[in-house]
Amino acid sequence: MDADSLLLSLELASGSGQGLSPDRRASLLTSLLLVKRDYRYSRVLFWGRILGLVADYYIAQGLSEDHLAPRKTLYSLNCMEWSLLPPATEEMMTQTSVVKGRFMGDPSHEYEYTELQKTNDGDKVFEEEIVIRIKEETRLVSIIDQIDKAVAIIPRGALFKSPFGPTHVNRTFEGLTLSEAKKLSSYFHFREPVDLKNKTLLEKADLDPSLDFMDSLEHDIPKGSWSIQMERGNALVVLRSLLWPGLTFYHAPGTKNCGYIYVGTGEKNMDLPFML
Amino acid sequence: MEDSTALAPEKENQESREEGRPWDEMTAASTQDPQPGLSEHPESEQGPDTGPQPGTSPPGSPPGSSPPVHDLQGPGASPCAPPRETSPPPLALSGQHLAAQWRSDKTARAIPEAGTPHPDHLQQSSDEGESMPHQTGQSKWYAFQQLQQTDGHLYEPRDANCNNSKQEDLRCDISQEENSDSKRHLGEREPEPEPEPEPEPEPEPEAAPSMLEIAVQNAKAYLLKTSSKSGLNLYDHLSNMLTRILDEHPENAVDIIENISQDVKMSHFSKKLDTLQNENEMLPTYEIAEKQKALFLQGNLEGADQELEDEMAEYSLPNVMESAFYFEQAGVGLGTDEIYRICLALKQLTDTHPIQRCRFWGKILGLEMNYIVAEVEFHEGEDEEEVEEEDVTEERDNGESEGEEDEDELPRSLYKAPQPIPKEESRTGANRYIYFVCNEPGRPWVKLPSVTPAQIVIARKIKKFFTGRLDSPIISYPPFPGNESNYLRAQIARISAGTHVSPLGFYQFGEEEGEEEEEVESGRDNFEENPDFEGIQVVDLVESLSNWVHHVQHILPQGRCNWFNPIQKSEEEEEEDDEEKEEEKGEEPDYIEQEVGPPLLTPISEDLEIQNTPPWTTRLSSNLIPQYAVAVLRSNLWPGAYAFCNGKKFENLYIGWGHKYSPDSYAPPVPPPACQEYPNGPEITEADDPSVEEEQAFRTAQEAAALPAEESEETEEDEDDYD
Repeated sequence: MDADSLLLSLELASGSGQGLSPDRRASLLTSLLLVKRDYRYSRVLFWGRILGLVADYYIAQGLSEDHLAPRKTLYSLNCMEWSLLPPATEEMMTQTSVVKGRFMGDPSHEYEYTELQKTNDGDKVFEEEIVIRIKEETRLVSIIDQIDKAVAIIPRGALFKSPFGPTHVNRTFEGLTLSEAKKLSSYFHFREPVDLKNKTLLEKADLDPSLDFMDSLEHDIPKGSWSIQMERGNALVVLRSLLWPGLTFYHAPGTKNCGYIYVGTGEKNMDLPFML
Repeated sequence: MEDSTALAPEKENQESREEGRPWDEMTAASTQDPQPGLSEHPESEQGPDTGPQPGTSPPGSPPGSSPPVHDLQGPGASPCAPPRETSPPPLALSGQHLAAQWRSDKTARAIPEAGTPHPDHLQQSSDEGESMPHQTGQSKWYAFQQLQQTDGHLYEPRDANCNNSKQEDLRCDISQEENSDSKRHLGEREPEPEPEPEPEPEPEPEAAPSMLEIAVQNAKAYLLKTSSKSGLNLYDHLSNMLTRILDEHPENAVDIIENISQDVKMSHFSKKLDTLQNENEMLPTYEIAEKQKALFLQGNLEGADQELEDEMAEYSLPNVMESAFYFEQAGVGLGTDEIYRICLALKQLTDTHPIQRCRFWGKILGLEMNYIVAEVEFHEGEDEEEVEEEDVTEERDNGESEGEEDEDELPRSLYKAPQPIPKEESRTGANRYIYFVCNEPGRPWVKLPSVTPAQIVIARKIKKFFTGRLDSPIISYPPFPGNESNYLRAQIARISAGTHVSPLGFYQFGEEEGEEEEEVESGRDNFEENPDFEGIQVVDLVESLSNWVHHVQHILPQGRCNWFNPIQKSEEEEEEDDEEKEEEKGEEPDYIEQEVGPPLLTPISEDLEIQNTPPWTTRLSSNLIPQYAVAVLRSNLWPGAYAFCNGKKFENLYIGWGHKYSPDSYAPPVPPPACQEYPNGPEITEADDPSVEEEQAFRTAQEAAALPAEESEETEEDEDDYD
């Protein structure tokens, strides 16, 4: 959610019970402004909160002029002092995929993971136990990146691609209409397109190159990994990710108010097929 | 496309050729004498300003040209302003209108920009020309340039700067148009502008007027082309926009020109929006608003029918807003307006039902709709009827299953379903409270059925999302006995049992009632508020988990809170069951060990860990002002369950999907073991057929009894058959 309109956004997204206490709210409003100034971001998003056992991570993201460029991620434990996270790499992803369970809330916490590694010594095969230590900060980076890639969403038309490549906020975006807001096809993944390149020409025929340049939600696997609800009459559409429970996207149809927030444990819901 | 476009311009050309001249002259003339017909346009205010301006330059138009203007404007002046808003105005009028705007704009600009050197503008314009991405943009820009050049042609002697400044304005329009409405307009335009640049490479001065004129007319005709979608044309749109800018004189018109353009378009469409279809689309919004209006009006509508009941009802209403405030401090909870609506909905519930105590239990998220759950306790004896009804239906179910047994002589199936464990009475155990749910505040409350142990046991084995419709079936591997309302009720029971906690000392065991219950052996299950509770330091609550206790009974693996011995019960019933019991004895131990859970009011510090994860997290709501902070308790076992305590008051709340947390992914339960076949024993195996020797030995034995010889022959035949 946009840091500039944090209060309205929080109010809109509060249907899932994920709020911020008044002191957190006030400190975020203060500190994100300073983050924007110090890091020279064109826009700062309050990304959400990862619930730890001891403390919570508050996550913010800074966007550059090009909205689809890799985003800078910051975290904070007290909502005032922000530290920059390194960009996520493939290596981190594979390394942290073995860690299960909840976050601790201490960035320097180390998860220990013992791995059996086979070493060939001549003809004999030894099995050695190797203890791998994984810092929680690394895990945080990779989880945020995974969530971003999987479920960060934006309504169709809120961004537009200029012919030179960069993606900008569409100033003329006035919200989805009511009928559009109920369809998954009017929401896009807020990331570089992956599936779009693999589509056939026929599928791409109806797409508007300046608007339809991202992957649409409707082809997500498994089908039904989103819950879409109209709340407050029809004044608010709320999308909840079932794959990453805790991610809430809200949009008031007919207005520019939209955004997403993640409040959760940072664990993927692997049980989704059983639960539908 | 080609044909139609080719035809259209020709026609337009003819028209515009006739009008083109007067228009050009007219625009020139309009600056000189502001017309009374123009006075309703704002730019006429600038008329006087522009009037003296031409003094610096020789008047571009011959004086004789003014009469046609009068002629044209005479009839057109009165309808000029109103149709501008709704329908495309007549060609000449709009042209004149636009030109007038340009002029005034130009003059307004020309004054401050007079000092700026020429090349600057040119360079700027060329830069922007390059940055124009689309080819169509280029060509259109040319068209515009020509339009302006011809326009400026008339004022040539005046000021070259003006042209440039105008161009900038217009270019803004073009690029903006492309960006915002590219879909709508580009498709129609693209093939169109190609013929337009044609006149461009012809610089001959004598041919220029006519060619340029054609180009202008082409461009204008193109601009006047009505969009099939909206019925507008760009020409009018631009003129309306510029009118508006001049009307309002915004600070930085360039920056907000998109919005202006949009506003202008919106004003065109605003009337159309009022169709029947759109109203239909909004119906659900009104519907829920209507229902919620009832909530707000409720207080007034309700007369003084039964004062006593009203008093009771008011007493039973929880102070939702107060606890919502504390939960907000904790960073949990719903929006302020939603919680207030829920509060009103609870009031409605307590007003319409004989409720002794009511509590906002929480909210369970669903796929299509959510559930708002209220936990209530009825007055004594109020809920009996409904319970009986449910029993009747259950008995009927049993009867059906028994009726299926067939009366045959063949051995009947000895398998009997395990003795169903009866559900707990209302007001005890897991059925201590009654739960009402509604999808949205304002919608009707639905009472959930009481929970049976079988439902709890199965619910522990499955993990399903709620859909939001109470009557939707639950399709799961261990078949769930019931629909979503039963599953919801079972989950509510489990969550309540796991996460409802209170600060130590707030509740104490009730003396009299506790003794009664001791027969049940699971300990006392009744408690009452401790009148002498003096509160607990918030810091203590945060630092030690042993200061929090469960005040809801633990649910045993059996699915009940109080132990029920299935064997004992079966003896008491019928003789038939005795046999069954003996069967069971073969498989199961004689005595099923009684399941025991932690007793009531056990500190939560004794809760089981989930694989190195502590089951609870405590926190102070604010580290900055700890003296006024509240203690916040968060369940890690049931994500979404929270409790707060400010020393004296406490409350529990659950908002979430209604699922238990497990660090491992869900594994469906293993299929039940396949039944063993009968062991090979004397009942199964048969003796070998009698051999010849045996037969003969038998025969000799029989001969002693002097049997007839025929039978032995028969047996021989039999032997042959068997071989």
